[in-house]
Amino acid sequence: MSALLAQPFLEVKGVKKKYGNVEALKGVDFSVYTGEVLAIVGDNGAGKSTIIKILSGAIFPDSGEIIIAGKKYQRLKPREAITAGVSTVYQDLALVNTLDISDNIFLGREHLKHGLTLDKKRMYQESTELLQQLGIKIPFVHTEVGYLSGGQRQGVAVARVVHQGGRLLIFDEPTAAMGINETRAVLKLIKSLAENGFGVIVISHNMEQVFDISDRICVMRQGEIVGHVKTDEVDPQDVVAMITGAEVMNETRNNRGSE
Amino acid sequence: MSIRIKMQRLFPQLLLTGVLLLLIVILSVTSEYFLSWENFRNILDQSSVHILLAIGMTFVIASGGIDLSVGNLAALSGVVMAVAMKQGIDIFPAVLMGYSAALVVGLINGLVVSYIKINPFITTLASMSIARGLALILTGGVSIYGFSTTFKFWGTGSIGPINPPIMLSLIFVILGIFLLANTLWGKYSLALGGNGEALRYTGVNVNLYRISIYCFSAVCAATAGLIMTARLNAAAPLAGATYEMDAIAAVVLGGASMKGGKASIVGTFIACLTLGVIRNGLTMMAVPTYYQQVITGVIILAAIIISELRSREA
Repeated sequence: MSALLAQPFLEVKGVKKKYGNVEALKGVDFSVYTGEVLAIVGDNGAGKSTIIKILSGAIFPDSGEIIIAGKKYQRLKPREAITAGVSTVYQDLALVNTLDISDNIFLGREHLKHGLTLDKKRMYQESTELLQQLGIKIPFVHTEVGYLSGGQRQGVAVARVVHQGGRLLIFDEPTAAMGINETRAVLKLIKSLAENGFGVIVISHNMEQVFDISDRICVMRQGEIVGHVKTDEVDPQDVVAMITGAEVMNETRNNRGSE
Repeated sequence: MSIRIKMQRLFPQLLLTGVLLLLIVILSVTSEYFLSWENFRNILDQSSVHILLAIGMTFVIASGGIDLSVGNLAALSGVVMAVAMKQGIDIFPAVLMGYSAALVVGLINGLVVSYIKINPFITTLASMSIARGLALILTGGVSIYGFSTTFKFWGTGSIGPINPPIMLSLIFVILGIFLLANTLWGKYSLALGGNGEALRYTGVNVNLYRISIYCFSAVCAATAGLIMTARLNAAAPLAGATYEMDAIAAVVLGGASMKGGKASIVGTFIACLTLGVIRNGLTMMAVPTYYQQVITGVIILAAIIISELRSREA
């Protein structure tokens, strides 16, 4: 818990974003520390994707600021986000299926010999080491990514982000369309990332998963953060109630009482 | 498991090598003239133009594109070289002008495809027409012939056991193998075709790479144009028509995916040789050229179907 006492790695302060007349974010504040998993939950249209896009630099907020490792950004650009250590793990978007694992991990950051030719041997070796460090089990770094399972692909995507210097990793529905074993492997990976000192943000609809892996939960509704809780201090029903709205929560409680 | 995956990946090339060896055995048995150095040299010589165009095409197809302009670009650059030399310009600057003409068209191909994001099929279809038109305008529609011995050397001279066309095409094969396997440029060509968005996401200037790929293809075409013009001692404005189709066929036969992301220079080279051996063999068996075209087409189709079905199993 000592990590929680330190300065947060990422702070989001008063971030607002409008699309035309629609207020996607109405002033959002939260922070993430290294060594913890923060889950952001909320219904469709709550503003989760918007906040992720702002954190990855894909869009700029109308107002508010983002502080990464003590440095303030009003308009965070993609390259700045990555350099500062904030990276979104895209499973499908970011991998080239026809290249092998090592090629993918080093994509855009290749080691060169004499600044001219690819230093493949070094990259294969470092890839193997990196995957081992992260506890990602892939038999053979020469395998084309297209042959891998969903969980393994997620592992490669994570390895690449970590290799690029990622300290805070954002996962958007990391287990969508995955089988049970795959899902288990990915959740284990996310937990071990936090244990290894990385900060993690997970966007998920799956309450069971959220309660399995997260340390804290941010609940978003209609562009606002309506709840900010420690995972072990609440139960899933309370969180679901916050997602759907306070009145509904009272209703369900009443209904439950009357039954 | 790893070996299985490697075999799977190399299957198109292995299949093709098998076909090539089988053809060589059959032709050696049926014709006493086939298995000789002179005939092999002849096949290499006649394949050299196809090899050059196919090497450039391999990178374009690897990047998820297509370049239909190469056959006509070869004609245009040959015509520019010829016109320049007829104007009294020295060989070297004249050849350089031929290359520049092709490069300009290649650059336009690349710019339009990457910045305006027009489908490469449409873009190069247009530039193919422009290149042919320019070649016709420059020559008034008639062939220009009669060049110096120094220029003709590039088509008909000899260098030890081989000749300049074979030498140039082999240089491009070796260069292509090196570039594709060992450089950022080669890796990014494959990445562009495999998932260009992923490459862009890492901050790589994808447009720059895409443009340079079309320029490389144009340089290959200009080299083919040099060989064609020097060999015939004439620059014909209608030379090289449909050569782009042979190049595409060789690249796909060589194991490349038309969707991009997958390509092999060795595969392309073996495919060019196989097509060369087929043409050579059919000629030796006195099969009329019209039939040769049908037979070549059937062989290409069969090979591609086999390798496609095989890759779908994986």
